[in-house]
Amino acid sequence: MVVRGILAIALVSMVPLAIAGKNITVKGSDTIVVMGQKWAEVYMQNHPEAAIQVTGGGSGVGIAALINGTTDIANASRKIKTSERDKAKQAGYYPEEFKVAMDSLAIVVNAANPIKELSLKQVMGIYTGRINNWNEVGGPNQSILRYCRESSSGTYAFLKEEVLKNKDYAADCQTMPGTSAIANAVSKDPAGVGYGGAAYYTKQPGVKILSIKKDDKSPAINPVKPDGTLDYEATWSGTYPIWRYLYMYTGFKPQGEIKAYLDWILSPEGQKIVEEIGYVPLKGK
Amino acid sequence: MDTHKLITKDTRLGEWWVEKFLLIAGISSMVIIALIFIFLFKEAIRFFATATPFDLIGKWMYDDWEGHYVFKMMWQSISEVPKYSLIPLICGSFLVAFPATIISAILGIGCAVYLSEIAPSKVREILKPTLELLAGIPSVVIGFVMLAFIATFIQDFFHTKFRLNAFVGSLGVALAVLPIMITIAEDALRAVPKELRDASYALGASKWQTILGTVLPAAVSGVSAAVILGFGRALGETMIVLMATGNAALVTGNIFSSVRTMTANIAAELGSVAQGSEHYYALFLVGAVLFTFTFTLNLASEIVLNKMRQKLRM
Repeated sequence: MVVRGILAIALVSMVPLAIAGKNITVKGSDTIVVMGQKWAEVYMQNHPEAAIQVTGGGSGVGIAALINGTTDIANASRKIKTSERDKAKQAGYYPEEFKVAMDSLAIVVNAANPIKELSLKQVMGIYTGRINNWNEVGGPNQSILRYCRESSSGTYAFLKEEVLKNKDYAADCQTMPGTSAIANAVSKDPAGVGYGGAAYYTKQPGVKILSIKKDDKSPAINPVKPDGTLDYEATWSGTYPIWRYLYMYTGFKPQGEIKAYLDWILSPEGQKIVEEIGYVPLKGK
Repeated sequence: MDTHKLITKDTRLGEWWVEKFLLIAGISSMVIIALIFIFLFKEAIRFFATATPFDLIGKWMYDDWEGHYVFKMMWQSISEVPKYSLIPLICGSFLVAFPATIISAILGIGCAVYLSEIAPSKVREILKPTLELLAGIPSVVIGFVMLAFIATFIQDFFHTKFRLNAFVGSLGVALAVLPIMITIAEDALRAVPKELRDASYALGASKWQTILGTVLPAAVSGVSAAVILGFGRALGETMIVLMATGNAALVTGNIFSSVRTMTANIAAELGSVAQGSEHYYALFLVGAVLFTFTFTLNLASEIVLNKMRQKLRM
């Protein structure tokens, strides 16, 4: 008993030392990887003593690495699952969650498509294969061509959970290897529909970002202002219904260098980078 | 005298080492194939720990839209009820590989006949290196050209629903298969003894009659081996189909429909799958099926080629 107590004290007192002494590794979501690298770059310029390494691989990969102890911080474009939290506890970790930014997901069509808005239900109908012609949602008589992300993508899972209510994607969804591939396909395909981070599409010629209605009674809200910049208010207030938080997870309550880094990310300076990259900063930061 | 003896001994020892090295090099490919075979099937078989062979065809599922049970042949690995039907993937693979083989067989055999029978040596000197250049184009480049340019052209020309479809993919794959097809077919044509041609001419046959009536029939097994091997290569092609076919896992016979091939499916999903999950073993199973197909095709072409060699020796 006594020996175990001493051991425990020794281990606990060693943890902050170990963390303060080593480099910070960040791993996870491909959605966050560019922003994460920019954060690390700017932070290291101002704190020459810090060494931060950022890699992608996907949200699941990042959290798995956190549980294996091979990363200090996991990036995730989704909340940690209960099963993952249980696994972490078994491995002796107590994941702490930090919301670091917001991301609004845009539904896009070809610029030549006269459709301007869809309801969430219609988006669900289109992507589950219930709605197959644009004239069913007030467009021209033309069959709908659905473009999707690969099943490994966090965006694929996000739309499936939040908009499709966990129903399956239609079998004829064409899967594209990235948001840029979807943008390219939709811009060339008059009957196409696609999705992805809203910020990405603001700079894309040939595609149109649709306004989305939460239900039949609510107004149609566009995630982008008429001047082509992201409408932060629409995401903050939740009137634009397809949005998500982007997260960072640590294995324990952060201390030392890691705490300093996370505090900086949540500071106005860190949130300014969120804006620069094209995501929605946290409200009031 | 003594020095001479020493050298002989040394040389012998050296020879022994070289011999052993060559033996290892020779059987290494066999060992590697055996290892891949064992590894692939060992992992694939574990799929059946949690699923039945019937799952590979389809699943009876309640459709809340239709209001009754329907038989779903789908590949949908990320789902509340994962569906691992191989039918759409096999369908996709063949819908790309068949047209690709036909296109490249027509062009390839034509080119081989021209090269071995008709072309003056000057033309040959230019054409041969050009073909080798074609073989050197990375498949990702072919895929990109198909995706960015040819797909639009095909859609405008045929007014297809899907811009990226099996036909666009098979055009790309045909380009990738063509060099192999030409090389093997030309070898087969050149292996036809000169005496046969001379005899044909001596009987008063024209060049065209000689080619059609004598040379091609004599080389028919070699040429078919080229086609079979090309088909195997077309089934195995990954990057071009991943980029150019749209990857929608549909059960269809329409060549202008978007399809998902076995190879593209593995490439797209294996990177993110959780190791040891049902999905993981399902992907290995797809790999095993693909390997069986290409292995059988390669074996068949080898047998056909052997037959031809025996025939020509007689």
